[in-house]
Amino acid sequence: MINVWELAAFTAVTALAATGLMLVPGVGLAWLLARTDFRGKTLVETAVSLPLVLPPVATGLLLLWAFGRRGPLGMLLGGIGIEVVFTPAAVVLAMTVMGLPLLVRTARAGFEQVTRRHEQLAETLGAGPWRVFTTVTIPLSAKTILAGAILGFSRALGEFGATIVVAGSIPGRTQTLAVGLYSFIETGQDQKALAVLVLSLALACGAVFVSNRLAREA
Amino acid sequence: MAAFDVSVGISQGSFRLEFAVSCEARALALYGPSGSGKTSVLEVIAGLRRPRRGRVAIGGRVLFDAAAGVDVPSRNRRVGYVPQDALLFPHLDVRRKILYGSPDGDWSSAAPVVERLGITPLATRRVADLSGGERQRVALARALASRPDILLLDEPLAALDRAMKRIVLQLLVDLRDQLGIPIVYVTHVSDEATAIADYAVVLDSGHVGASGPAAEILASL
Repeated sequence: MINVWELAAFTAVTALAATGLMLVPGVGLAWLLARTDFRGKTLVETAVSLPLVLPPVATGLLLLWAFGRRGPLGMLLGGIGIEVVFTPAAVVLAMTVMGLPLLVRTARAGFEQVTRRHEQLAETLGAGPWRVFTTVTIPLSAKTILAGAILGFSRALGEFGATIVVAGSIPGRTQTLAVGLYSFIETGQDQKALAVLVLSLALACGAVFVSNRLAREA
Repeated sequence: MAAFDVSVGISQGSFRLEFAVSCEARALALYGPSGSGKTSVLEVIAGLRRPRRGRVAIGGRVLFDAAAGVDVPSRNRRVGYVPQDALLFPHLDVRRKILYGSPDGDWSSAAPVVERLGITPLATRRVADLSGGERQRVALARALASRPDILLLDEPLAALDRAMKRIVLQLLVDLRDQLGIPIVYVTHVSDEATAIADYAVVLDSGHVGASGPAAEILASL
């Protein structure tokens, strides 16, 4: 029988991995959306925000289709011996997809707050685009990016709908706090359900509190 | 003496700027009231604003030529730009701000100018701890530390007290005479313009009202 602390540790590790995975594409997308105009921008904006408005179970179903054995990405990964669905990787995948929109939206607002004139001044001092990005844009929006990452992490911590579809609820393998909570309620394990509930509340409150503090200071 | 050959046209919303000057001078003053287009001309020379037509050549270097398809990126223009609001990076201390554009990143080569501007004791301070005058001097030191080919100064003395104005003005005159760096100096104070510039362009509502030797033109106003 898996204990609550193991569930919490697994959830924290997978949520951290998801946050790490969403960071580079998320910050890149946020910058693209904040600073550039390109054909299909509205389409990209829509695709990025979709997991926020779609029922999480529907997002999970889409992931299951894409990464399943007969799905386009599943076949591709299967060819090199990687199985995703119903593995811990599927948990991380679901958390990443569900957390990404929050990171992108928050980081985008951060980039939009950085005055373009600071970047232009750096250019007059001889800095190329990459140096401007890493020494001016990123430091000036760092707090907002971090706040977005914490929001993405919080979303990942509480992810349920997409995770249960694409990763299932396999104790000790794919079961997270949220999925575990549902399972404990279903099977009448009230003590465990209560413990998971308290733990989830503490984690969520902490993450949102830190994120709000950072966003206010940015 | 450097050749200033700048003729540009800009339209932005209801604002239209038609600017043209061709002269030999050590320093060129752009003189006029707020909103006359002085800063826009500086931004065009710095490469921060793209004119719809025209040509910008200073000291024999062509920075922009719409007809020839030349538009040197601002990072390659080697201009030392000091905006009116200083625009200091808030996340860097004074020392790192000044060295941001320095080719060798060596504090000792920036030290003489820093010392003369009286900002050596500020090296570890952040923007929030600086007064308006200190910010302007740091911005000037930052521009000079990048060893520019052209200095673009937008009201660089505006936030300084009288004593510091004299010191900075003398420093600029020395830079002009000893290093031969062409200067474009934006101001609405005629005394400053005549002290530093030998040629002046008077701007009014986006048009050149008058241009010629600074002392002569500004005395006639």
